[in-house]
Amino acid sequence: MKFDKILLDHGSGGKISHSLTRDLLLPIFGNPILDDLNDGAIVELNGLRLAFSTDSYTVDPIFFPGGSIGDLAVNGTVNDIAMCGGNPQYLSVGLIIEEGFSLEDLETILRQMAAAAEKAEVTVITGDTKVVPKGAVDKIFINTSGFGIIPDAVRVGSTRAAVGDKIILSGTMADHGATIVTQREGLSFESAVASDSAPLNHMVARMFAAGPQIHVLRDPTRGGVGTALNEIAEKSAVGIRIVEEAMPVKKEVAGICELLGFDPLYLANEGKLLAFVAPSDAERVLEAIRADEFGKDAAIIGEVIDGRPGQVVMLTRIGGQRIVDMLTGEQLPRIC
Amino acid sequence: MALKHIDEYRDAALSRPLIDKINRISRTPARLMEVCGTHTVSIFRSGIRSMLPDTVSLLSGPGCPVCVTDQKEIDAFIALARLDDVIVTTFGDLMRVPGTLSSLQKEKADGGDIRIVYSTTDAVEIARKNPEKQVVFLGVGFETTAPTIAASISTARRLGLDNYSVYSAHKLVPPALDALMANPQAQIAGFILPGHVSVVIGLDAYRPFFETHRIPCVVAGFEPVDLLQALAMLVEQIEGGAPALANAYGRAVTAEGNPIARKLLDEIFEPADVAWRGIGVIPQSGLKIREAFSDMDAEKIFDIQLPESRDPKGCACGEVLTGTKTPPECPLYKTICTPIDPVGPCMVSTEGTCAAYYKYYDDR
Repeated sequence: MKFDKILLDHGSGGKISHSLTRDLLLPIFGNPILDDLNDGAIVELNGLRLAFSTDSYTVDPIFFPGGSIGDLAVNGTVNDIAMCGGNPQYLSVGLIIEEGFSLEDLETILRQMAAAAEKAEVTVITGDTKVVPKGAVDKIFINTSGFGIIPDAVRVGSTRAAVGDKIILSGTMADHGATIVTQREGLSFESAVASDSAPLNHMVARMFAAGPQIHVLRDPTRGGVGTALNEIAEKSAVGIRIVEEAMPVKKEVAGICELLGFDPLYLANEGKLLAFVAPSDAERVLEAIRADEFGKDAAIIGEVIDGRPGQVVMLTRIGGQRIVDMLTGEQLPRIC
Repeated sequence: MALKHIDEYRDAALSRPLIDKINRISRTPARLMEVCGTHTVSIFRSGIRSMLPDTVSLLSGPGCPVCVTDQKEIDAFIALARLDDVIVTTFGDLMRVPGTLSSLQKEKADGGDIRIVYSTTDAVEIARKNPEKQVVFLGVGFETTAPTIAASISTARRLGLDNYSVYSAHKLVPPALDALMANPQAQIAGFILPGHVSVVIGLDAYRPFFETHRIPCVVAGFEPVDLLQALAMLVEQIEGGAPALANAYGRAVTAEGNPIARKLLDEIFEPADVAWRGIGVIPQSGLKIREAFSDMDAEKIFDIQLPESRDPKGCACGEVLTGTKTPPECPLYKTICTPIDPVGPCMVSTEGTCAAYYKYYDDR
């Protein structure tokens, strides 16, 4: 069955989202810069390389443990720019607000955005506000765009993974996704989980200072680590092997995933990055990440292998091997 | 809320000796079927297939609830979702299953009020909060989830709700085992019996089946060590020529099962001859709502128009569910049937055999 309507799956960040981009957006807008499909665009202007990115934020609930739609909107774009190797500097903010939305909540969100911007050392320099009739949006939607300059020596991109690269994950997986799921479903657990929403630009700066041989940077947001690794394997035409035992997951998050039938590999992260680093620099880069306040649980989770181009395989805890595929659509709660 | 005692059952030090044992003693080529969809996924996710000797092949059985749901029933669910003033509540698996003309997911995009719930308690709550609407729960699944659905009917009755109903498409495992054995093509040499179903019905529920067929049967849990333990026991039975009905999930499964759940099932439901996708009608293999609760039986309350149901053309779901084909043997697999654009239900459900192959199977 082909689709004639937009389904929620089209926004999941998985294969169905990709098909929308590939089959509809690229044929209409395609150009050499867009076709790269990086987290942001990399453009050259007067000898400077700029990383430019935009993202829209909708989340239910808008306030959740560890953050809100406000800091998510700032951190998300800051991180997209950082993943292009850019040093984010300026942001724009577009607000679409539902009629009747609480002014107090709006102020809270804006203050959280300002705090996040201060933390990331970026400045909001332009913006726009629209109000739409009740029901036309769900509470508040936020768009942020931003850019940053990419230092000369920095060359990262999802096509640059090379055989032998070590793959570093900067901390525990699925914290944000698991938090949102439990909040949305009104599930309360004994020990709370919190979103990992955080800016990663300072971490990235530390990483390049420690070891320049960083080939790929990616923040595994929608679709999670599993989907991000598949995208990189595909675009770099390399194989990837990850080690289940080495993947950092909080016990609480693992427990929630067990109960609800979700795979942490496919749940969103909002303050984590994946780095593909030449083996000679890997340990130093790992140390640099661990020295950052948001990278204490960083670990080498796998490597780029010869053969199996486009595929991700996992060495399981009991010593078996299996494929890790890209997320297809939204993960849905199962029957049993 | 860290779950306890999971790590132990995923421990390499515990699983290694079991893998070694299976590789050491297995001589006779044997096709073993895991009946349960959660087993299928767990076996793939843990990489067990990559560690078994060539003599042991694993078949995935008809234990994915969505997969065995008859096309007519899927069409009925979709028709219910199109009715005015009806809220359809369901577990998530059913959303993407293609019916003859549509799917619940598409109906939702078209404005149908379809809500995914984690528990039937939520469905009853939705009914309580929306007295002006009819709330229907789509009852799909085996003995595992059927008691919770029975409980929702009993709760709705107690609360005096007159707007809650269930469409019961429940299936029972033991009669399906008999039907599988009736097909010699599958050449099944042993069964890994489902864990959660057995928690409810108990080991003794399989006794008549075992006495009839004298085939190795082991109930298994869901962690890698559980599954390897069951596989080792099956291979041991096969090599020793001594089939038995055994329990490798003793920490959860008893001989008699859960008496409260069984009583509740019996109170609300009665067995009926029902159709399984790909298998056909199996006598006394389904659960329908008893007459005493017919005012909460969506099948009886609503007058729905069904299209002429037809199973998808060329789809081998039926053969896959009965172990006579593996997904890669279906001409549609990975060609025109993918999780993005699934033809049959086995490619849709996360527990579906084709989806599990697509997602995890290493064909290199």
